[in-house]
Amino acid sequence: MAKIIAVVTVKPDKVKGGLPAFLTADEGEMTHIAKLLEKILDAAAHRLGDDLFIIVDRH
Amino acid sequence: MNAFWVFNHSDLTGVVMGTVVGAASRFLMLKSDYRQYPAYPHGKIIHLALGTIAAALGSVAVPALLKKDFTAITFLGMAAQQFRDVRNMERNTLSAIDKQELVPRGTTYIEGTAVVFEGRNYLSILAAFLTSMGVSLFGWIVGLAIGIVCLGVVLRFRKGKTIKDVALIEFAPVRVEGPDAYVGDIYMMNVGLPENQEIIRRIGMGFVLSPRSDDAKVTLTNLGQRQAILHDVSVRLGVYRDDGEPALLPLAKLDLESGKLGILLLPREHDREVALRAVSNVPLLEAAVRMPTEANYRKEGMLPDG
Repeated sequence: MAKIIAVVTVKPDKVKGGLPAFLTADEGEMTHIAKLLEKILDAAAHRLGDDLFIIVDRH
Repeated sequence: MNAFWVFNHSDLTGVVMGTVVGAASRFLMLKSDYRQYPAYPHGKIIHLALGTIAAALGSVAVPALLKKDFTAITFLGMAAQQFRDVRNMERNTLSAIDKQELVPRGTTYIEGTAVVFEGRNYLSILAAFLTSMGVSLFGWIVGLAIGIVCLGVVLRFRKGKTIKDVALIEFAPVRVEGPDAYVGDIYMMNVGLPENQEIIRRIGMGFVLSPRSDDAKVTLTNLGQRQAILHDVSVRLGVYRDDGEPALLPLAKLDLESGKLGILLLPREHDREVALRAVSNVPLLEAAVRMPTEANYRKEGMLPDG
């Protein structure tokens, strides 16, 4: 089953709970961090709206 | 003693001709195509050797039975055991290789291939048996005719059904709207990163498979059949993908409403005709074929509960 392993967002109040959350300054940084996480973790970055990425592991 | 000496010994003629026909039928069935499996030449040697042994066993059985040596039949039983191991061998090899594929075959495809390898050995036993029987009972000319018919039948049934027999295949445009990728009207997946969206927009090729019947609808829902399509087409057209790129994944998704199957490919080869042929020729997996309409068929006037 797929698992959310990290969250990248520009709006800290969007994220709660026990997940690694990367809080970024703007959209450009958010996209960049999401890209790096995708490559490092070999897990797909999915975009849920304008200000939130989730990194999903399907292994 | 000349070369025709063998024809004066009908048992020996039967065994020799049966073995030759059986081995030839295995050779004809051992077509190494774009899938490069079995790999040339070592994989082929294994299967040719096993096919020849199978043929020899099949052809020896006839003279033994004619001499009322009924224990000969136990040899066929032993042979069956051997060829079951062929299925195991193929399954193990393919499963091990599959872990290293960018687009895996999937277990259903592997099982299907393994079963075919086992089944073809039995076919070559049967061809050898029939030929040998023809020679022993009616002479070598009849045996030769039976052998040729057997080879013809083998050639005819070498190729099974393909996807185009069950589905109408059409091109469909690939759309990426924001993070959402579509093939035609079928939602495929959410792609987060802008560069991956751009790659899918640029490279992506979409197909929509419409089932030709209610039976075909069930076949297309089979996950193994879908994975087989993705694997086979990716082998034939190449794939724009690497390890550590989880977003660039060829994908097949069902439109639940209509039963149509959307396929998103990331091919290297963009020739539309080649691509269409690649999808059309994907083999239909035996394990994926279902016939629900046959089970649900009722004669007119029959009560609903039979």
